[in-house]
Amino acid sequence: MSIWVGSQTRLLTQGMTGQTGLFHTQGALDYGTQAVAGVTPGKGGTTALGLPMFDTVAQAVAATGANASVIYVPPPFAADAILEAAGAGLPLVVCITEGIPVVDMLRVKRALAGGATRLIGPNCPGIITPGACKIGIMPGYIHKPGRVGVLSRSGTLTYEAVWQLSSRGLGQSTCVGIGGDPINGTNFIDVLAAFEDDPDTDAIVMIGEIGGSAEEEAAAWIRQHGSKPVVAFIAGLTAPPGKRMGHAGAIISGGSGTAADKIAALAAAGVTIVRTPAEIGAGAEQALRERGLLPSPARPVAARGQGVD
Amino acid sequence: MKVHEFQAKALFRKAGIPVPDGDVAADAAAASAAFTRLGAPLAVVKAQIHAGGRGKAGGVKLVRSAAEAGAAATALLGKSLVTIQTGPKGQVVQRVLVEAGTEIAHEYYAAITVDRSRGAPVLMVSAEGGMDIEEVARKTPERILREAFDAEAGLRPWQARRLAYALGLPSPAIAPAIDLLRKLARMFLDLDASLVEVNPLVLRPDGQLVALDGKLDLDSNALYRHPDVAALRDKSEEDPRELAAAEAGLTYIALDGDIGCLVNGAGLAMGTMDTIKLAGGEPANFLDVGGGATKEQVTAAFRIIRSDARVKAILVNIFGGIMKCDVIAEGILAALRATGPGVPLVVRLEGTHVEQGRRLLEESGLPLITAGDLADAASKAVAAARATAGAATGAAR
Repeated sequence: MSIWVGSQTRLLTQGMTGQTGLFHTQGALDYGTQAVAGVTPGKGGTTALGLPMFDTVAQAVAATGANASVIYVPPPFAADAILEAAGAGLPLVVCITEGIPVVDMLRVKRALAGGATRLIGPNCPGIITPGACKIGIMPGYIHKPGRVGVLSRSGTLTYEAVWQLSSRGLGQSTCVGIGGDPINGTNFIDVLAAFEDDPDTDAIVMIGEIGGSAEEEAAAWIRQHGSKPVVAFIAGLTAPPGKRMGHAGAIISGGSGTAADKIAALAAAGVTIVRTPAEIGAGAEQALRERGLLPSPARPVAARGQGVD
Repeated sequence: MKVHEFQAKALFRKAGIPVPDGDVAADAAAASAAFTRLGAPLAVVKAQIHAGGRGKAGGVKLVRSAAEAGAAATALLGKSLVTIQTGPKGQVVQRVLVEAGTEIAHEYYAAITVDRSRGAPVLMVSAEGGMDIEEVARKTPERILREAFDAEAGLRPWQARRLAYALGLPSPAIAPAIDLLRKLARMFLDLDASLVEVNPLVLRPDGQLVALDGKLDLDSNALYRHPDVAALRDKSEEDPRELAAAEAGLTYIALDGDIGCLVNGAGLAMGTMDTIKLAGGEPANFLDVGGGATKEQVTAAFRIIRSDARVKAILVNIFGGIMKCDVIAEGILAALRATGPGVPLVVRLEGTHVEQGRRLLEESGLPLITAGDLADAASKAVAAARATAGAATGAAR
């Protein structure tokens, strides 16, 4: 199993006929994802990459039974595209688009509240269940099916983590990029809770970064509800403080938002902290071994996490 | 995007938020003329730079005549003003704002920003205005009142009323305060602001409320729908290297170390900086070439890093997703051929088209240090930077 996406996922692409949409829909097809339709207003009735094109998401869903959407629509139109997908009743919408105005996302967030649609992103690499379904822009070949769940605010840093895991023979159940924007659809806690409930996820790798308080909130959740080992890296320990934070931003976070605060909160919740992305793979291997979730050491562990131990 | 106080106040005025009468001046004569036009017994001459802390740094002067206004402008204009927010070099003052003095009965604070956890804009007010609000937030957080509001509907009348009464405003000021707070919220949404801050928000003895200072930051991603606001950008206030990077579609932030970094993705860029530090070095910059960089962008990135004389080694760390490693390799080679190696270059490539990328680098015959993984790359970069520094010291002897 896995979370949210798998072989049952039937994907449509919004903004498919743009360069990015075409390139990454082809990538999804190559990976074996069940891509079933594309949506670009004005292109209904044509085909692209061998897939039927529709003018609206509702038409595409009715004709193909699509149950997930990925959005490669340019920033000025992306918020509306998310709302269209939700309006068509899709349970999962993955928005890759970077640069959506914050006020647009505040309105989307409010419109989706209490509804049945899960939004992942925006400004994210997407979600992948290795070997079954790839939605987004991540390079598929670095992934390997397995039992480690990965969640992250970053794109390339996630690839780095996944690559290290795969190189050590540690496959992934599902990898979720929640996106780097201040307002996103799915947060760390949503993903942590899903991994906690997933019988095929044994351990979790979490990648955070400075700004906001999502990591601190995740730490509080882990302390109360988490039973699976979590290994975390928080990027930005050396970032200059206050570089992009106005006065009011600093007040909102109440002095939090620094990497040091986030690391302290996570370590106090029993999370294994690694100090550099170079140690993520080793840290995950160590955490799995300590829980008896790995066979006897295949090789010595090069680096060790510096969490609560 | 930041704007100057005088620009923010013009937008406040347009939104119906009371601000003091005033004029912008770029020379002493204009400042004197502004004083005369205002016709007030007392005026304030305020340096216009994109940084706070101007008052304590001597950037705000009280004047009582046209001659004094001119003298104050002469003292400020063309000089570098160093505040707690500018860094040691300060910012050169190119304009001053001359405003009529305001009688003050009480100073309040009001600001709006986005509360990420709630996913909503939030208005914050305090009766402890005028002073360092971060100090208030730290010592007496209960004295800052918050109200999250709907991003579609704006601040509801009852929400503004709650805050106005909670601030303990005298009754004649309640209705104007409700009006002002709601207009502030509407302006935040209509302009796609990321921060609106009024400190102090002044209550005059006659019961009128006035925004004595005004700070406005705008969401750069939304400027396409506000061309008039986008035109307010003052590039002279921005770091020239950061500006050059932005024009090439890159994100660059200067730091204090000596190892230049060229990375794709903000998270990986920060992670690379952290790894350099852990290996005993200091990063000279944050540089994210983004997800889809071209050969030209990589070349531009090199040029920007190389323009920093403190850089003693460069670490390139690319994990190719959208960005292909062979494109990066071509960019590196083009930059090296154009500018020469200069300082040692450590390259670590992984991801899409990595084999083609590595082959291009190997076959180039150029002096590159290749690294297998990030930890290896960081330690090689630290060693190379030390060797360069050592050679420079040796040569000096």
